[in-house]
Parts: sequence; C-alpha cells; structure tokens
Amino acid sequence: MRVALFATCLGDRLFADACADAVRLLRRLGCDVAFPEAQTCCGQPAFNAGYVAEARRMARHTMRVFADADHVVLPSGSCAGMLHRYYPDFFEGAERVRAGQLAGRTWELSQFLVRVLGVVDLGGGLRGRRVAYHHGCHALRELGVHDEPVSLLRAGGAEVVPWEADQECCGFGGLFSTKFPPVSAGMADRKLESLPAVDVVTSADGGCLMQMAGRAGRRGFATPFRHLASLLLEATA
Amino acid sequence: MTRARPADYPQAAAATLRDTPEVRDAVTAATRTFDTHRRESWAQIDAERWRDWCRDVKDHVLTHLDDLLEQAEVRLVANGATVHWAEGAYDALATLGRIVDAEGVRRVVKAKSMLTEELGVNTFLEGRGVHVRETDLGEYIIQLLGEPPSHIVGPAIHRSVDDCRRLFHRHFGTPLDATPEALAATARQALREEFLAADLGISGCNFLVAETGTLALIENEGNIRLSTSAPRVHVAFVGIEKILPRMVDLSGFLQITARGATGQPIGTYVSLIRGPRGEGESDGPEQVHVVLVDNGRTTLLADDVAWETLRCVRCGACLNICPVYRQTGGHPYGFTYSGPIGAILAPALLGLEEAMPLPFASSLCGACADVCPVRIPIPDLLLHWRARAVEAGLTPLGERVAMRAYAAAAERPGGFSGAGSLLRYVPWKRGGRALPVLGGWSAERDPPEISARPFHKLWREGIE
Repeated sequence: MRVALFATCLGDRLFADACADAVRLLRRLGCDVAFPEAQTCCGQPAFNAGYVAEARRMARHTMRVFADADHVVLPSGSCAGMLHRYYPDFFEGAERVRAGQLAGRTWELSQFLVRVLGVVDLGGGLRGRRVAYHHGCHALRELGVHDEPVSLLRAGGAEVVPWEADQECCGFGGLFSTKFPPVSAGMADRKLESLPAVDVVTSADGGCLMQMAGRAGRRGFATPFRHLASLLLEATA
Repeated sequence: MTRARPADYPQAAAATLRDTPEVRDAVTAATRTFDTHRRESWAQIDAERWRDWCRDVKDHVLTHLDDLLEQAEVRLVANGATVHWAEGAYDALATLGRIVDAEGVRRVVKAKSMLTEELGVNTFLEGRGVHVRETDLGEYIIQLLGEPPSHIVGPAIHRSVDDCRRLFHRHFGTPLDATPEALAATARQALREEFLAADLGISGCNFLVAETGTLALIENEGNIRLSTSAPRVHVAFVGIEKILPRMVDLSGFLQITARGATGQPIGTYVSLIRGPRGEGESDGPEQVHVVLVDNGRTTLLADDVAWETLRCVRCGACLNICPVYRQTGGHPYGFTYSGPIGAILAPALLGLEEAMPLPFASSLCGACADVCPVRIPIPDLLLHWRARAVEAGLTPLGERVAMRAYAAAAERPGGFSGAGSLLRYVPWKRGGRALPVLGGWSAERDPPEISARPFHKLWREGIE
C-alpha cells in the first residue's frame, strides 16, 4: 500500500519524533511511505481565523503536492479534518471535484490503520500502561474518529482509563489560545483537574497535546503527554 | 451595574477568571447538570429524527414568514388581541410607552423574557417612573443584584446559594443559613404582593401559532401564568421568528425545547394564550397586546448564510455544553445572548463591528452543533462571521500581514521550512513576545518543546 505522509507544520517542528514513529509504524505494517517534501501547511490556522483567501492558496498548494498519493495519512485529526471537511468548499468545478477526491483519500493515522489497513491488534507492547486518551474535537466531530485510537491502545495491552472530560475541548483552537489566553487556560485546567491517575496522556493531535502539556507544566502536573503515533509504535514492540 | 460591550470580552473574561473564580465553578457545575439532563432526556426519544423535523419546520417558517405572520395577526385580532408591529427596539418601546400612558400604568410585573432584555424594557419603564418587578426567581435575584442575565434559561446561573442567602439577608432579613426552600418562600411572599398590585404584565413568547393565534409560554415556576393573567393588561413581546404554523407543530417544539433546555419532557407550566378574557370567563386580562418585533431579524433573514440562526428556540443547550461559556458565564460577552448562539447573534443584531470579537471567542470545538435541537450549524456560522470580519478589515493589521506572509511562504516549497524554523529562535524565556501572537501563549503556559531536528531533516537523513 502506497501512503504519503503529511507531517503538518506543527508535526514537523514540534512532534518530529512522533512523525518518525508514524513512518516506522506504517512501514512495519507493510506500507510504502512517501514524504513529498514540497508539503507545508494545510491552511487551517488561516481558515479558522477567517482568512479564507489565504487558506485557499494553501489548500491549492497542498492539493498539488498530494495529487498523486493513493492515501494521505496525517498524525493529526485536526489537519485531516481540514482536508476532509473544508477543502471542497473552497473551490468550484473541476478543482472542487479534485478536492473531494483528496478528501476521500485523507486519513488521520489511527483511522487509516483501522479503516483502510484493517488493523485490529498491533501487539501487546503497552501491557500494564495506564493511558488517558483525549479526543481531539476535529478528529471526533469532523472525521468521526472515536473507537479507532481507543481500540488500538486497548488491543496493545493498555488500560484506557475513563476520563470524565475526555471529549471536552482542551482550549487550544489555534489562534484562540493566544487571543483569549485565560479562557483557553481555564479550558485546559478543566482537562487537568478531571484527569485520572495515569502513566501517560495521549491524543491524535499535537496541538491539543502542546496545549495540555504547556498548561500542565505551568501548573506543576507531572503526567507526561505523548503523541498517539509513538504509543501505537510501542504497541508493536 | 452597566453591562460591558462585546469589545471588552477579552478583559472581562480575564477579570472574571482572575477576580471571581467561583463563577467558573458555579457555571460549570450548573451547565454540566443541565447538559446531563438533556442527554438523558434525548436518549428517551428518537432525538436525531426530532431534530431533523424541528429544523425542517423552522425552515418552512423562515421561508414563509410573511404569510404566517399575517395569518397570526388575523387570528390574534379575531381572538380579541391587539397586534402591534415594531421594526426596531425604539418602536417596540414606544408602543409599550403608549399602552402605559393610555392605561395609567404604575406597576408592572414581568415574566422571564430574553427579548425584553434585548429591547431594554426595564430601563425604559424605570425611566418613566414605572415600578418594574421581575417575577422569575432567577430574574428576581439578578434584578435585586442589579445584574443582567448570565444565561438564557438560568439567568442567575453564576450565583451560588450562599450569594442568595446574603442577598436575601440584606433585603428581607432572612437568616444567613436559610434553606433554599425558605428563600423561595420569602420570594414567593414578596412576589404575590407584586402580582396583586400590578396594572400590567409583560411577557415574551416561546412560540406563536399562526393557525390559531396562540401564544405559547414555557416555565417551571408559575410566575408567567400569574404575570399574564392577574394584571388588567398583558403585553407580549414576540420576535417575528417565533412563529409556528400549526398547533401540532407546537406539540413537538414544546417537548424539544424543554428537553434541550433542562431535560424535562415538557415545562411544568405551559400557558396557551389566545386573547383577553372572554365573556363569562372569570379571569384573564381585559386587554392583550402582542408586539411583533423585528429588531434586525429581517436583515438576518436576508443573509444567505447566517439566516439559519433564526431557527433558534433559545433553549440554551449550546451554552450548557460550551467549554468557553463554562469558564465565565454570560456577562463578559457584553450582549443579551451569550455563549455560542450569542456569538453568532451579536454580529447579526448589533452589526459585525460592534460584535467584535465575539465570533472569535470560540475554539471551534463543535460541541454546540451536536446538541442544537434545530441543527443550527454554529461552528460554520462562526467561521462565516470571521471571514466577514477579515473582509471588512476588522482584524488586527499585524495579523493580516502575518497571514498573507504565511500563506505566501506556504506556497513555496523550502520557503516554509525556513519560516517554520523561526520557531527555534523564539525567545520563549522572555515570554516569546518577539512574535506578537506568542505572548498570549506564554502568559498562561510553558513553551512547547521544539523538536531537536524537524521531521523533514530526519526524513532526509533516513528513518530506521
């Protein structure tokens, strides 16, 4: 299976190891992984801030970069949601058709593993680990990714500990986090205050992890935050 | 207390969290309870099909509004009510002023109504020397406190029982450890006297049924029934979008609204008012005036994207599930309607410039769209107003320039990795203020850990 990895701008700079883990994981599952080096940003930061023209330029660029990919896999539910849910709305005519086709070939990593590769069990490398899973809003609502990451973690031997606020927003929201810092921090606090005793917190989205880890660090929480791609690779060990 | 303007939201929200952290606790606890009840109540019905149906009925209403409003007027007049049309708040208040003058009104009791908050009815009446008393318990509490409502359904949601104990102690001398039941009994006693002494009762309206000219009002306390039946004159303010075509539609909307708001199958009291007291009837007002209020709604209806906002039934479900609203309650929004629905109503009713930055006061998590009983696509409409704000030049200049540069860099392979690598040189220790947007980050959080080598370099070196 030929797969093109879209590392995303946040992944490239802040979660490089998780992106590398995603490559290792996909290869271990028999995928031929490509990384088109002309890729940049999906345009979501601009789009969410109201800059539709700028977002459209970035979407057009991204569509060119991944035009030949059989499947585009992202270690981010939010960026995958951008391609899947919003790209077609930016265009008309043939370009809209192409955007729709790309949307249909775009997957968040765990979604790709379960729905396309049919993976049920990656191995038992997470045995004995207590894990809290944060459902990123866009993975959950724009992609409908809910069971995939949790079932893979469980099959890997992890105990996915119930977390009252696991489907509540962490407060990141791109520029929202910098426009209204105290409100955004209060939202992260709700996540942290309700967090059960676990060894690690994980999510399919780097942005959420950055937000929660940043606030946890400021408030002196010791629980580590790790990207889902890295934990799923560990499951195969 | 004067209400803040939307422009003050960032400072007002920060001040609420900093100076009154108990507001966050009270609002979070109450909204989570409301939302839990809503979820349990929706699980008892085929909620998704109900939501489709309610959306479709409202869409029919909004595409036949002119005919339905005329039908409602004809029926209301036939029932003996007087119908007034008000284009703006000024017209609505002027109509009220004429009724007050003609009837020599000195004392008014009010049923809970967000539209009368929107219009500024209390301030108007008090300015004319008329005594106005809110009769919903939550509204009564905030009226005594001199505050506007903080929530569409639970106006005093930001206040604790202890706040009420202190308030009632000050006003009525009740003990500081009074039970909630004792406080309610005290309020009931005071309000009974208000109902009996009032010349005029004012209400809003949940739904106006066109085929029969029936005003429907939902409540749990019985104060709406008293406000609309005990005084000699009843004035109902009705937003023109409140129309439903038939009584059979009303039966569905009464249920979905109560289930969305509090999880109740239906409100404890539902008042159906068709007109004044008839011949041979022993109670009810001598006059019923229905003021049909536009106040920006037809302008919103003409917006080919945002018109869907007018489906709103004011149940508050979107506030209850909103993690942004839960941090502060409604006051920092600086607008009658707060939370997600407030953020998309404000630009429509106040104008976009006056409403800034409310359309941006959302993380776009989408939870509101999951629970709206009439399926208003709130996140899409937030994005719609944000795009309008950018088009209108209402976003900061620095942000506009940065976005353009960002997009240009993102189109140039290689150029972007250069721009991205700037992150490594951000002086995080000094608050990251070299890049304006990052100052907000460092105020509340530790800086992110930058990967030692970006992924595209790892890739070039080869990943084992």
